[in-house]
Amino acid sequence: MGWLFSDFRRPAGERPGPVWWSFVVVATAVLLSLPLTLDLAQLLDLSVVFVLALLALSMSFLWGYVGILSFGQTAFFGLGGYVYAVAAMNWGDTTLPFLLGIAIPLAFAALLGVFMVYGKISDIYFSVMTLVITLILNRAMRATSGDQYVIGDVRLNGQNGIPGVPPLQVPWDSSVTLFIDHVYYLSVVLAVLVYVGLRLLLTTPFGRILVGIRENERRIELLGYDARRYKFAAFALSGGIAGLSGTMFAIWGNFVAPEMFGLGQAAEVIIWVIVGGKSTLIGPIVGTGVIQYLTSWLGTQGVGQVTLVLGAILIVFVLLFKDGLVPTLGAAIARVFAGRRESGGGGQ
Amino acid sequence: MDTLLVYAYQVAFSFSIFILISLGLAVIFGMMRVINLAQGEFIMLGAYACVVCTAFGLPLWLAVPAAGLIVGLIGIAVERTVIRFLYGRVLDTLLATWGLSLLLVGLVTTLAGPQSQSVPADLGGVSLGGLQVPAYGLVMIGSALAMLVGTYALWRFTNLGLIVRGTMQNPEMARALGTNTSMIYMLTFGFGSALTGLAGALLVPLFGASPTMGLFYIAKAFIAVISGGPWPLLGTLSASGLYGSIDGIVSFAFSSVLGEIAVLLVAILMLRLLPQGITGRLRKGL
Repeated sequence: MGWLFSDFRRPAGERPGPVWWSFVVVATAVLLSLPLTLDLAQLLDLSVVFVLALLALSMSFLWGYVGILSFGQTAFFGLGGYVYAVAAMNWGDTTLPFLLGIAIPLAFAALLGVFMVYGKISDIYFSVMTLVITLILNRAMRATSGDQYVIGDVRLNGQNGIPGVPPLQVPWDSSVTLFIDHVYYLSVVLAVLVYVGLRLLLTTPFGRILVGIRENERRIELLGYDARRYKFAAFALSGGIAGLSGTMFAIWGNFVAPEMFGLGQAAEVIIWVIVGGKSTLIGPIVGTGVIQYLTSWLGTQGVGQVTLVLGAILIVFVLLFKDGLVPTLGAAIARVFAGRRESGGGGQ
Repeated sequence: MDTLLVYAYQVAFSFSIFILISLGLAVIFGMMRVINLAQGEFIMLGAYACVVCTAFGLPLWLAVPAAGLIVGLIGIAVERTVIRFLYGRVLDTLLATWGLSLLLVGLVTTLAGPQSQSVPADLGGVSLGGLQVPAYGLVMIGSALAMLVGTYALWRFTNLGLIVRGTMQNPEMARALGTNTSMIYMLTFGFGSALTGLAGALLVPLFGASPTMGLFYIAKAFIAVISGGPWPLLGTLSASGLYGSIDGIVSFAFSSVLGEIAVLLVAILMLRLLPQGITGRLRKGL
């Protein structure tokens, strides 16, 4: 049975084998057939897991494989949502806003990258500065409650957010809009595409250099690569993915609010990735699902308890289970099947 | 002339807020290199400690130091249970303290409710060149300066300060010379927490206490300490001066949100131009 898992335990630079591909195909098929058995409310809950999994993927790609912890992902997430909302409400059409919801966060990430990656600030300052940027964006957006804060015809509404964000239309026929189950299909497909895309990207020379930067940035530079260029590109790419997640979030909920930029949101992303396991790409998706269902269950239990429990989870995982659920469980299962022949660290 | 005085007061006031909220972080992050994201929540705990103390009948001028003491003790407890295991693991410290920050917000919300509470400080106003400014603002400016000078004197002129600085610079050597470095780390973290708690208590009469108030201060505190660079106190002082002036002037002329955005933009520019911080080019010191 050990061979079943060996495909998942390969280093990031190696091409995934047939077991991994069949896993992806089977999982996608199962997920796409779920609407046959679930009602719309359950579907709505499940859609948001895959929408947010995009955000978790953007973070775990950057953190687990390039070694940069960026809290700015939340900023790009919020920005993507707001860009889609404002553009779609102004223009009526949704195709271009959807693309802008990816492009503008990507451009914003690139701009920040120019300052921070090329400024050569150390990784930890990078984390703190991206966090600060997220916080300031949140506060700025909260302050836009007056009538004077208008983009086109859309009031930004400050703390209350923008309700009534239009649903996505089919690009070739603007009279057809996506319904709840279509949004579910779209978010599953996007999550799978981004997951597979990132996994394959890591097998390219570009991806291998990114992992090399995580392992030893100085050595990569001594080998003649300009590490800044690669980090910059990875940061911009992950900004674009986070923007896509935000855009999908706005489409999913028909609503954007400053909380999308908030510290709570930023913390949740970190927790998904940590709980799932940042050394894998599948872990964050699992982590998103687990925590998302846990918080919605806790939300029914009383005020203040959600942050309390999330905080405790974060402390416990950092102190005791640094690898996260998926690698820890994966290693345990593999050990059982391999008859304790050999045991490595986290799986891939 | 009068407008100039008001601007001066506004700048000094913003400056003192920057000093108050970042001084504890200057000790904990600047000296110990512990990224404490729960710093804002320590401010919040200080504020609540002050509210509770005054509710028990303590006058404000006693409640403030009491709050500092309480938060200092909480800081020591946190150091022993969490931070102690994470020295040298910067990123893990950041994440664990963030967990702590969420935990504290959740805990205080559960215990005290989400609403804001306050303590009045009826000191009235002081006439400054024909214009009235609140006397409590002057108290804050004075306290901020006193705390800064006191911390500097403690580190610079006392034997304990020498041992602390030595431990931060080279823990192995300090240990070889017979210092209990674990104890020194604990005390320094406690001292930084106490400063933070004091700041929170001092802010209560102006801004009140609510579970999520830490959020408003944490960004400013980190900006000030990071742009300050390797000299924790001098760097924080100069960065607070710079950002305090920008914040004060822009807030007074336009709005407080624009003031904050201006501070952020300048902070990012500073990072690009002076990645080592304001004191980065100087020889290492306090």
